Amino acid sequence: MSKEYINMETPVIEMRDIVKKFGDFVANDGINLTVHKGEIHAILGENGAGKSTLMNQLYGLLKPTSGQILVNGKPIEMNNPRDAIAAGIGMVHQHFMLIQPFTVTENIVLGTEPVKGVKLDMATARKNVEELSQRYGLSIDPDAKIEDISVSMQQRVEILKALYRGADILILDEPTSSLTPQEIEELIVIMRNLTRDGKSIIIITHKLKEIKAAADFCTIIRQGKYIRTVDVEEVNENDLASMMVGRNVTFTVDKPEMEAGDVVLDVKDLHCNDYRDVEIVKGLNLQVRRGQIVGIAGIDGNGQTELVEVITGLRKGSSGQILVNGVDVCNKPPRFGFDHGVSSIPADRQKHGLILDFSVEDNLILQNYEEEPYSKKGIFRRDAIFSHATESIENYDIRPQNSERRPAGTLSGGNQQKVIIAREVQNDKDLLIAVNPTRGLDVGAIEYVHKYIVEQRNKGKAVLLVSFELDEIMSLSDTIDVIFDGKIVASMPGKGANENDLGLLMAGGKANG
Amino acid sequence: MTAFWNEFGIILYATLVYTPPLLYAALGSCFSEVSGVVNIGIEGMMTAGAFTGTVVAYYTSNPYLGFLCGGMAGMLFGAIHAFATVNLGADQTIAGTAINMLGPGIVIMIARVLYNSTDTIPLSAAQKIPTLFKGMFDTSTVFGRFMDNVFATYASTYLVFFLVILVWFIFYKTRFGLRLRACGEHPQACETLGLNVIATRFACVCISGFLSGLGGACVTMATSNQFRPISIVGQGFIAIAAVLFGKFRPQGALLGCLLFGFCSGLKVVLGGSSGVNMHLISMIPYVVTVIVLVLFVGKSRVPAASGKPYIKSK
Amino acid sequence: MDKKKSIWTIISETRIIHILLSILLGFVVGAFFLVVMGLDVGAAYGRLISSVTSVKGFSYVVVYGIPYIMTGLSVAFSFRTGIFNIGAEGQFVVGAMAAACIGILLPNLPPVVLIPLCFIGSMLAGAIWGIVVGFLKNKWGINEVLSMIMFNWIAFYLSNFIAGIPAIHSDGTAEATKNISANASTLLSKDLISQLGLCPTANWGIFVALVMTVIVWLVIEKTTLGYRLKAVGANKFAAEYGGINVNRSILTALAISGALAGLGGALHLMGMGGRISIFSSQEGFGFAGIVAALIGCSHPFGVFFAGLFYGALTYGGSKLNLVGAPTQLINVIVGTVVLFIAISVVFERLKYVQFKKKPKPAAAQNVKEGTDK
Repeated sequence: MSKEYINMETPVIEMRDIVKKFGDFVANDGINLTVHKGEIHAILGENGAGKSTLMNQLYGLLKPTSGQILVNGKPIEMNNPRDAIAAGIGMVHQHFMLIQPFTVTENIVLGTEPVKGVKLDMATARKNVEELSQRYGLSIDPDAKIEDISVSMQQRVEILKALYRGADILILDEPTSSLTPQEIEELIVIMRNLTRDGKSIIIITHKLKEIKAAADFCTIIRQGKYIRTVDVEEVNENDLASMMVGRNVTFTVDKPEMEAGDVVLDVKDLHCNDYRDVEIVKGLNLQVRRGQIVGIAGIDGNGQTELVEVITGLRKGSSGQILVNGVDVCNKPPRFGFDHGVSSIPADRQKHGLILDFSVEDNLILQNYEEEPYSKKGIFRRDAIFSHATESIENYDIRPQNSERRPAGTLSGGNQQKVIIAREVQNDKDLLIAVNPTRGLDVGAIEYVHKYIVEQRNKGKAVLLVSFELDEIMSLSDTIDVIFDGKIVASMPGKGANENDLGLLMAGGKANG
Repeated sequence: MTAFWNEFGIILYATLVYTPPLLYAALGSCFSEVSGVVNIGIEGMMTAGAFTGTVVAYYTSNPYLGFLCGGMAGMLFGAIHAFATVNLGADQTIAGTAINMLGPGIVIMIARVLYNSTDTIPLSAAQKIPTLFKGMFDTSTVFGRFMDNVFATYASTYLVFFLVILVWFIFYKTRFGLRLRACGEHPQACETLGLNVIATRFACVCISGFLSGLGGACVTMATSNQFRPISIVGQGFIAIAAVLFGKFRPQGALLGCLLFGFCSGLKVVLGGSSGVNMHLISMIPYVVTVIVLVLFVGKSRVPAASGKPYIKSK
Repeated sequence: MDKKKSIWTIISETRIIHILLSILLGFVVGAFFLVVMGLDVGAAYGRLISSVTSVKGFSYVVVYGIPYIMTGLSVAFSFRTGIFNIGAEGQFVVGAMAAACIGILLPNLPPVVLIPLCFIGSMLAGAIWGIVVGFLKNKWGINEVLSMIMFNWIAFYLSNFIAGIPAIHSDGTAEATKNISANASTLLSKDLISQLGLCPTANWGIFVALVMTVIVWLVIEKTTLGYRLKAVGANKFAAEYGGINVNRSILTALAISGALAGLGGALHLMGMGGRISIFSSQEGFGFAGIVAALIGCSHPFGVFFAGLFYGALTYGGSKLNLVGAPTQLINVIVGTVVLFIAISVVFERLKYVQFKKKPKPAAAQNVKEGTDK
């Protein structure tokens, strides 16, 4: 489609036979990558395949164990990001490297600040930043603090940071993970504009659709090994998926038709404030019935996180009701909600879901440690706890086996999530809330998590699914509610929902009919 | 009225005696904390400075050199703390505790060797940090006495107030300041921009040691005239408290130290004139600090990366 | 039994090798200073060892160690529950003063009543001192380290003030309280002391300290209370999510921590001094507790031995000047030990990184964003 800006004669980046070891672990095992001027090159691989490790070497954050990196045809040794920056490489990390209490301008110029004598020259800095943002059509507010601006503006700040340092080669690590479909399209336009200007772009992703939409070439990595580089026009999404995973994958979730039952969760006119005490949930109504998965689609920051926090008792609501089986759990401690039928898979498994220093067996009894058989009159019964853990590890396929007394922090992300699912499913509550349950997991683990969520619904539980992955919402939900600016603005059956309509609704617009 | 001006003058005088050592150390603490390194070893660094300052001043009869060497001694311990915590990634609280043992331990041991006593030899008036503007005011008038009480104070006092402005300027108006604040908030981000987090933090902890050392020297070379093991008893911790109180800003730390110094000044006057028990009066600065915190300050925002060692992956 | 870890494996897992190595290095650095000062290393260390290995010397070590063990347990308990109890000093002081008041004002109660009463009073006083700090933290978000520093000094002056009240103050000229009633004393009988050749202040407080060590261990490892407090300490967000009342847990942890330090004050007073002097500066028992907790890896049994070790150094150190070496050498040695322990944590972490096979150590990352790659 659009290889018009590529100059195949001039490779700007060549990585040859890159090997990176951490101790005995081989993260990259002989990877090759060639990127040309004006090209958008995708790097595809599952979580943990070694994509970020590879890019961190290109950006000087890590040193290859062996192999060669050439920039503009010249071999180059990069000891730190300064060398990479000097070689014209810029990187936008998945977790933005922005300093929250600093302004946009301060973040962009940090490290190459203009000075007058010994004094910072913020006026010049601001002017430079504004010029740059106009030149590339990346609109930002130079005086806003990072903590006050949207995720997509933060991303533009990150791109400007790289451009400000004169980057010709941009590495974008999972750039679309928290953007709406429309914002993703905007990003693709921005990337095209940049390549027209002679820049080259590397995007790290595991999203096939975006590769098809944006990339010219794609290099696939599996378990640290180089698989191949393909011309994106010549392959389809299924080809890419099977190369990434190494087997055929099905994207559909098996889900029998079911009649929704009684209302379990009934949120009525809920209001609450965010951490800065600004109202963020503004009169929200929501119902979830037995045997039903309700998916909340929305862009991060529209109140879904706070909504879940209020339901689970972590945040105070300013007004409204949250009925769980008819009992109002709003403004009650988390324990009250739990006792009245709320269980949840939290968004941040390492912050809320697990105590990483605790063993797996102790994490599995987080809500039940005071109940028999795990303890009696305040004294633990270790045998019961241990056998409960052994059972859970087997039933929920938590690996490694025999990890009962290992700290939960030593497990992989997918297995940590399995520990939480084992705990919450066994709590056997009427309502299960799952927030971004597959974030950061690989394909196998995602299938597994989806299976358990659907199983809960089939057992007649009510499931509230909050996810920033639109695909996940669309494939799992019986009903999709779109949240925008603290309210549910639309509700539709999951079957036949249209991605474009959802995207427009999520951005506050109206669906096209 | 005369009595009022006299007493008010004495309170201000005492405030200006108690505040500077705390303020030096508090400014030091700001550097370290804002760059992301918790430094509870301030007390030990002050002790080192307090001892070294008097010893050097005694042998060279140069108070300024003594004062400077006091700072350098604090800096030496700052460098030990920095090496352990910044370069090796050691636990900052534990390392700080170690500094608090090593500082006094080493200097008192040296005192025993030099003087066969835990105390140093008292400095003569010429060896002490000089008072500026002494005798400039006519002490026979009420106003003159007041002015003499308040302004005829040690050079180190004037210096520290100047330093508050300087540190404020460095923090908010210079490159180094922007970078050191960035290091305390998000070291990974700094690293990706090619900044040297390790070097910045190392420098900041050394500066914190230097300023703490000056604070210690202030106690033994201005307030009193010799080092004794009880010269530095808790000032370092009060300085840390002042920084928390001031929300990690130099201007805030100034307020914290002044509040504490003023209460200590009040203590001197009340202790002299009223019939209230001396020990209860001595409690005032601490009680007032807690009350002020409850009433006005509340929760302070700690730099996001404070206390977390930053380790570069290779 | 096979699934349970013995005490010793726990201690050895908490890097006992590094502790021993750090202690060794501490003595090496001490030796370096002795050489620089031109003193005989052998004579100094010989004196140190000989003074604590005799029966009488060892009884001194035990007596010196009791308060260190108690404040050490207090600090260690707070570490395990996620708080840094820098306020053990103040809790120790109010505990001692509470015990002194009871022991002076109720002299005629029989020992079986009076001694437990003193213990309970001291624990209550220490607990209250801890709870106030927790309350300030929960209610107004005031940094606990800051308020603890203030409350240490408030306790110090409060103690001096109470010591000056006529009903409590010594009848003689001493700047101290009256002696506590003999019924409140924990000293061993004179006959037993002379029979065994112990020091004159030998007392049975060490058994109380031992019992408390075991109780603390049981609470931390075997009870739901310990689980709750540790959960809040390790990850208060997850604890809250799991339905634990975080604020109440913090208060509980501070109360227990304070009670331990307070009891330490009582044991020290009732076993050694018999009265409280008016001091011009803090005595540093709380600080010693921090050191004992660090050397003991925050494990109750580790702290017990670390407290005795610190007691041995303090007592042995006081004999050093007999061979011309300064007592402060001990502080240098202990400071070095603590510094090396701080650094040894790093080696542990490096090992962990390799074990985890991850590019970056999780502990070193800014873990605000929780997901890993």
